[in-house]
Amino acid sequence: MMQKGNKAKSKFKETWRRLKKSRTAMIGLCLLIFIILSALTAPLFFDYNTDALEQNILARFQTPNSAFPFGTDEFGRNVLARVVYGARISLVIGLVSCLICCSIGVLLGATAGYFGGFYENVVMRFADILMAIPSILLAIVIVSAFGVNLFNIIIAVGVATIPQYIRITRASVLTVVNQEYIEAARAVGASTPRIIFMHILPNCFAPIMVQATLRVATVIAEAASLSFLGLGVPAPTPEWGAMLAAGRAYMRDYAYLVMFPGLAIMLTILSLNLLGDGLRDALDPKLKK
Amino acid sequence: MDITGLVCDRQQENVMICAEEGREGAAANHLILEIKDLFVDYETDDGVVHAVNGMNMKLGRKQTLGLVGETGAGKTTTALSILRLVPNPPGVIKSGAILLDGQDVFALSEHDMRKLRGSFVSMIFQDPMTSLNPVITVGEQIAEVIREHQKLSKKEADEAALEMLEIVGIARDRFDDYPHQFSGGMKQRVIIAIALACSPKLLIADEPTTALDVTIQAQILEVMKGLKEKYDTSMIMITHDLGIVAEICDLVSVVYAGSVVEHGTLEEVFKHPCHPYTEGLFLSLPNINSRSEMLQPIPGLMPDPTEKYETCPFAPRCHYATEHCRKQLPAKHWFSSTHYAVCAGYDAPEFRLNRRSGQ
Amino acid sequence: MLKYICKRILMLIPVIIGVSFIVFFIVNLAPGDTARMIAGSDADQATVERIRNELGLEDSVFVRYARYLWGGLHGDLGQSYYSDQPVVKIFFQRLPATLLLSFWSVLFSLVISLPLGVLSAVKQYSVFDNCAMVFALLGVSIPTFWLGILGILLFSLKLQFLPSGGNEYWYSFLLPAITNGFQMMALTTRMTRSSMLEVIRQDYITTARAKGIGERIVVLKHALRNALIPVVTTAGNFLIMMIGGAVVTETIFSWPGVGRLIFDSISKRDLNMVVGCVILVTVIVCIINLLVDLVYVIVDPKIKTTYGIRKG
Repeated sequence: MMQKGNKAKSKFKETWRRLKKSRTAMIGLCLLIFIILSALTAPLFFDYNTDALEQNILARFQTPNSAFPFGTDEFGRNVLARVVYGARISLVIGLVSCLICCSIGVLLGATAGYFGGFYENVVMRFADILMAIPSILLAIVIVSAFGVNLFNIIIAVGVATIPQYIRITRASVLTVVNQEYIEAARAVGASTPRIIFMHILPNCFAPIMVQATLRVATVIAEAASLSFLGLGVPAPTPEWGAMLAAGRAYMRDYAYLVMFPGLAIMLTILSLNLLGDGLRDALDPKLKK
Repeated sequence: MDITGLVCDRQQENVMICAEEGREGAAANHLILEIKDLFVDYETDDGVVHAVNGMNMKLGRKQTLGLVGETGAGKTTTALSILRLVPNPPGVIKSGAILLDGQDVFALSEHDMRKLRGSFVSMIFQDPMTSLNPVITVGEQIAEVIREHQKLSKKEADEAALEMLEIVGIARDRFDDYPHQFSGGMKQRVIIAIALACSPKLLIADEPTTALDVTIQAQILEVMKGLKEKYDTSMIMITHDLGIVAEICDLVSVVYAGSVVEHGTLEEVFKHPCHPYTEGLFLSLPNINSRSEMLQPIPGLMPDPTEKYETCPFAPRCHYATEHCRKQLPAKHWFSSTHYAVCAGYDAPEFRLNRRSGQ
Repeated sequence: MLKYICKRILMLIPVIIGVSFIVFFIVNLAPGDTARMIAGSDADQATVERIRNELGLEDSVFVRYARYLWGGLHGDLGQSYYSDQPVVKIFFQRLPATLLLSFWSVLFSLVISLPLGVLSAVKQYSVFDNCAMVFALLGVSIPTFWLGILGILLFSLKLQFLPSGGNEYWYSFLLPAITNGFQMMALTTRMTRSSMLEVIRQDYITTARAKGIGERIVVLKHALRNALIPVVTTAGNFLIMMIGGAVVTETIFSWPGVGRLIFDSISKRDLNMVVGCVILVTVIVCIINLLVDLVYVIVDPKIKTTYGIRKG
């Protein structure tokens, strides 16, 4: 048992060492940490109600200046404050959605691969069906049916990612499940959940991690798209997609209104993509440059 | 050890061919291939690998040279250098010359080099499973090399390819089949057909039978022997299997750590090996006559190729090594007009190997 | 070969039924009184009841689904709540515009990504390669709707070069097509490059070079044909993502296609329309998947020979 713990720790160290080698991955990581920190420390710099929500008609449409580094919007609100608070919403949606859907997908995939038979068939058919619907349409259907609130959005954008977790997990499980050390574990009477969690899942860890990182990016993009279409978190909550939708009406004269939120989305997705790519290379045993 | 028995059968032939060569080899225009002091490095992120360290080789017409050595000794890199196909990056030809039929390979333009590849010199690679393009038919892969070097129409080239298929023993109606529809042995025949389609003067075979099972190995060797006779091709047979060397080679070069440590005719090297490494190779073969004897492997491993060596690279593993060996690079010592070994032991005139394999 | 196609089509049917089932359920399990929604919030109770009866809305979801499915198999997916026209009719009226847009998007995407990917792989580590990879990475990370907005900002408002919406002019499709296809282009570039790199490393490429064949032919004939095989499969996936993304693009550019139809229907709470459109779009997506798989059969000899298609 001690040995296994040590092996896992050294694998982690090895992965981290390889990850550090990639400059782009490190840039992505730093960028992501910066964004997360901005979101976390937002209340220190901006009070939510006065800066992000409160309307101040007199101060509307100010182009970026020293008082308002990102300018003010059509209601006189501080765009920088709204962008920073918007980060919280996007990151929360991304992380929570990923966590929930990853867990569901991995569990379904692992059990499907392990037990096989009719159950596996059902799960895989279910995954096929879910994958057939374009993800954004599925999200649109769910949100428009169940109403617009944060929880529904989290589920809506996440549901379409579940089949991919199912597939990856099942594929990993299938490569491992017939190997002899699983037989050995069964022979000494290890219980099924124990076998799944301690022996099988650790092998799937790498591809799932990579997939999860990249999926957070797609989920954040999709949540922003939903908001843009008017199906996201309701106003006046600051959310990047919604800010873009609102700013679009005024972009002829006030282009900055659409620049900053868009840039924020792009940088977040970029950082996650860079990190995800770097992870994929670091975890790949073949390590091609 | 029975290999030398095979050698006796070919003795006569060898004597005749080798008599043509003087101590330093015949004049250049009799040599199909000459390699002089070749040094090749691979410059990687993890350090520089010195793959070839002063390789020398001379090969005349109709001769077959066996290039023997362990994995990592630099044999494949040498072969790729002859064709100028060393991947660059990371491979770099540091110094040395390679002359094909008297022409300096490194002085040629890429265009001229391409004209030589496939028509003057061909190569057969190690793994037949991956050496054929999976999406192109087998017939087309043969016809392609014919079309490249001979001014034939598509129809004529296809017909020539069909003939090559027959010659290597594959049915003509398999022209339109894809590589995955062939077994390993047949794939290798296709590769031989491609290599010999334009009647090259020099064929380099890089462990052509290693990836095949033993019965197929024998077949492929037969095919190669027959073709060698038919086309008068000189051949370099890269292998670590001494049995194959005995079957098909006239000359032998034993390679260690990127350079030749012993060279001679087949009979000379097999009957009177002079380098401790060669002796070790023969000793590590199992003796079918004496089954209770323990195998005698050569202890240790080849030196780290990322380090350039200033003294004899084999000394750490050598049964005969002395302080003298660890002081400088060993010199070449000749034992006949065709047989030499690079060993510092022979600086002392009485030095002889004494653990020779039983004959 | 025909057998293969038939088998694939048969496999599609359960998937489509499954999709219709899921979408129908999601929409109909939603809270809210559908009958009232159709009637309007200011209609009186009698009208609401009448509508409820007419549309059979008091039956259980399963019964309603069965009815829906039955209708669907006969080409009837109900009426739009908003305009009282058959869903299917409106959908197919708007489909050509979306197909046109998709076609141009795919063309743009492939014409740029394939050469870019191949060149990047061949010139690995060069300045060109690095620039192309940065470009592709940005393309993957930029949200489509922001790209559209930036495009309008630059080309329509600042440069006055291209229209910002509608499809009045023959060149109206340019900006929407590029926006729509941008992400697919970036992804395909990366995929092509990594596939080419993988292939160029293979032994059979060295064999080809050892034959004395020119590098250009080695790359185009020997390497590319192998490299494209995985690209075909993934291109299919990207294509599906792009079709989904058409909702956003068509909304931004007021392009009169199915995507915009879906968006408008959502705004008007025309749920029947939304459900019908999503199902039909999924059907189209499945057909595209099938076509991509058929391309795969043609391109990969291992599959070709399994299904008994022999050359000449």
